[in-house]
Amino acid sequence: MTIPHLLVHDRRDNVGVVVVEGLTAGTEMLGVVTEDNSDFRLKAIADIPIGHKVALTDLKAGDTVIKYGEDIGRMVGDAPKGGHVHVHNLKTKRW
Amino acid sequence: MAFDAKTTMVNAWRRENGRVGVRNHVIILPVDDISNAACEAVANNVKGTMALSHSYGRLQFGEDLDLHFRTMIGTGANPNVAACVVIGIEPEWTRVIVDGIAKTGKPVSGFSIEQKGDFETIRAASWKAKEFVHWATELQKEPCPVSELWVSTKCGESDTTTGLGSCPTVGNMYDKLIPQGIYGCFGETTEITGAEHLCKARAATPAVGEKFMKVFQAYQDEVIEPYKTSDLSDSQPTKGNILGGLTTIEEKALGNLEKIGRTSTYIDVLDPAETPAKGPGLYYMDTSSAAAECLTLMAAAGYVIHTFPTGQGNVIGNPILPVIKLSANPRTVRTMGEHVDLDVSGILRREMTIDQAGDALIEMIMRTANGRHTAAEALGHREFVMTKLYRSA
Repeated sequence: MTIPHLLVHDRRDNVGVVVVEGLTAGTEMLGVVTEDNSDFRLKAIADIPIGHKVALTDLKAGDTVIKYGEDIGRMVGDAPKGGHVHVHNLKTKRW
Repeated sequence: MAFDAKTTMVNAWRRENGRVGVRNHVIILPVDDISNAACEAVANNVKGTMALSHSYGRLQFGEDLDLHFRTMIGTGANPNVAACVVIGIEPEWTRVIVDGIAKTGKPVSGFSIEQKGDFETIRAASWKAKEFVHWATELQKEPCPVSELWVSTKCGESDTTTGLGSCPTVGNMYDKLIPQGIYGCFGETTEITGAEHLCKARAATPAVGEKFMKVFQAYQDEVIEPYKTSDLSDSQPTKGNILGGLTTIEEKALGNLEKIGRTSTYIDVLDPAETPAKGPGLYYMDTSSAAAECLTLMAAAGYVIHTFPTGQGNVIGNPILPVIKLSANPRTVRTMGEHVDLDVSGILRREMTIDQAGDALIEMIMRTANGRHTAAEALGHREFVMTKLYRSA
């Protein structure tokens, strides 16, 4: 099987994780959902480091981010589909 | 044929109380901070011993003192310890610890410094330590079932790859071994934040789930609320976690909880350093998420092998508890390979399944039990850190 660029835990998730080093904007990423091994394609619109998250859909400030099928926090800025989701635009709802 | 932990053997030491140990340490244990120097002198005199220096043990009281004694006694009682010399400034608290360790039946001897001084104490304790080393080094290993191992877990320098790879690998190992009789343990009370509803749901009974929620809420109310800053001063997630792609405590907690797998439920909630008393199974322990503190508590509870998933590359070890590190992050495996015992980065490339990774971890647990030194042991990582609950008197 071709090595994926992006892994997603759960079909309900709206973010995935970059699992290759040196991913650059414009890459047509191969994504795999680990829950059921289904795959999909998504174009990266930013350089995203390994381990960092990618928006699977257009995310707007105020949206809840879902990973593992669970709520992991709230967007405080926008991230378009294929964009970088990290501490600059995603915050905990706890503290 | 599926792995049978009751008939698959490792060569290990059967201790006086029946427990199985995978290391054969003779330790020199200070009751208190001011006895560290004497312990280190004894360990220098007598090769094959190890001093476990630490920072506390004077003017503690109440629950904090109970925890201090429990940690000291549990460390000496751990089956990876063959024999133990205890040194304290005065005889009374030294005796409490010696008597506690002696209940295991293993050789233990206490020495106190007041009215003698370091020189005389070191002389007498060195003779005893040498006697223990001669005795311990003649103890023979014997075949012991894998099912009798106590295997704890805690992850560190986590990133998003731990939730995808190394933590589910530990979970898969627990799914396979817990039903076959091993004792498991996970903790990290703060790092459950955001996944507490899932953690509660994994309790064996509603009463155990309520016990977990009480411990979880107590930490939120007693520590987080009075002392919090707007974001815990970037303490959770840590700077390293954030570099690795983790963004929120909820995200970190969900990855953390992958370590308990899919099928096991925890049968009790332990106080820090408390020895499990409800038989084989998975236990939750109320611990800090700081690696050295957490592992010191799990070793004191009697665990003999630790599995430690890391993403960005934690280097932790423990003096008596072999720490098996596994990582799914290919960059960490490449840049920090000397710290990694098991490379599971194939999971991210879809070259390795979680099931295969779990089998590889079981094999590494067996090799470690049979004597393979872990990366942390080879590199001399012996972090021993007492948990302290509040200021001393």
